[in-house]
Amino acid sequence: MESSRELRVSKIREGTVIDHIDAGRALHVLRILGLTGAEGLTIAVVMNVPSQKLGKKDIVKVEGVELREEQVSKIALIAPSATINIIRDYAVVEKVKVRVPPAVEGLLKCVNPNCVTNMPREPVRSRFKVVSVRPLKLVCEYCGAELNQDDVIKQLTGGGGSA
Amino acid sequence: MRGRDVLTITDFTRQELEALFEEADMMLSALKEGRRLRVLEGYVLATAFFEPSTRTKLSFQAAMLRLGGSYIDLPPEEVSSRAKGENLADTIRMLDSYADAIVIRHRVEGAARFAAEIAEHPVINGGDGTRDHPTQAMIDLYTVRKALGKIDGLTYGVLGDLKYGRAARSFILGLSLFKPGKVYLISPPQLACRRDVLEFLEERGVEYEEASSLASVVGELDVLYVTRIQRERFPDPAEYEKVRGSYRVSLEALKGAREHLVVLHPLPRVDELAFDVDATKHAWYFTQAAFGVPVRMALLKMILKG
Ligand SMILES: [Zn+2]
Repeated sequence: MESSRELRVSKIREGTVIDHIDAGRALHVLRILGLTGAEGLTIAVVMNVPSQKLGKKDIVKVEGVELREEQVSKIALIAPSATINIIRDYAVVEKVKVRVPPAVEGLLKCVNPNCVTNMPREPVRSRFKVVSVRPLKLVCEYCGAELNQDDVIKQLTGGGGSA
Repeated sequence: MRGRDVLTITDFTRQELEALFEEADMMLSALKEGRRLRVLEGYVLATAFFEPSTRTKLSFQAAMLRLGGSYIDLPPEEVSSRAKGENLADTIRMLDSYADAIVIRHRVEGAARFAAEIAEHPVINGGDGTRDHPTQAMIDLYTVRKALGKIDGLTYGVLGDLKYGRAARSFILGLSLFKPGKVYLISPPQLACRRDVLEFLEERGVEYEEASSLASVVGELDVLYVTRIQRERFPDPAEYEKVRGSYRVSLEALKGAREHLVVLHPLPRVDELAFDVDATKHAWYFTQAAFGVPVRMALLKMILKG
């Protein structure tokens, strides 16, 4: 129990709790999950609560949703310390720590317009090498262009960067 | 090295490059003595130049012929009508089924790597985008070794467009596989060497210094590598005119140079390297261009036969 503010959020019966999200990025996580609130699901978002590991962290709880693998990969890229708890009947039945893979394939677009991965009509998927996790730095394996955390957030959430 | 792709100079180790240079020495003496070689008899090289090239293409073709092999060349009309024609992937598949190795030059970055993923046969990057031209770097390093007997310990100046020039970039990266004494990176600030290259030099422990004029360092250099500054890189023509004058290498600019200074240029040149340098003993660039054949012969032999 890290904080009294967290206690105010009621437990969920079935669903997913994503914990240890970098502070300020909970809304990005929701966007990756494609959730706006209009779906009618119970969603709890807790932001900027104290955390031993991160100093401050965000938490997202979503009733009735389990994540797809692609969503987990994307969350790892914006919240590399996140843990994903699968809840059934109010209990955590599975807990996984996201993992930033050594290479990211197909999820992101190269920022270099002259990169072969941006050529139309070519059967090629983007592929980035993860050079550093904090701060996030990816390098295109084809053209060497770099993506930073802001670029990745922008691409994965379709919105502005920063945080 | 048999079966290897040649995509970027840093895919190679110093030992591999030294083995290549020794092989190139043998090719060079065979050429000088007029010995006819049959090492690659029955082998076919495909040359696919999607961007214009004279020296690189012709020297690869000559190298193949000199080894008793033959080549097929992607016709220019195929290249020019590609917008509506076949995509790169299908073209590479076709060439891969006709030839034992493919040399590709493309304006798009990463095209050679992509081609190598598709082709089963070795792919040689003959220059892609603004980044890699590995066989040029091999020739350049070989020329330094021939001219001065070594690559290690020398002071280098690399001048011109260090940001977008793939020959300069590849030469700098190639130097980092050896132990140069010092490397001066001489360019206008707009065309300075990219950070990833500088980081690479730091990782490899290469001493370098960025300089904004040749005059301040010319007296220290053993090797001066000159590259072209392209007009298209400057939105403002006045800015280009200003820069062009101060990065021009001429007899005048080489006053104060060491006697044994070796001047290299990947050619073709426009006016960044004055004709009055040609008659001096600094002018190694024609020899450098001529070495294109024996070095590429050595490379083709090593990747096709081992
Ligand atoms: Zn790229």
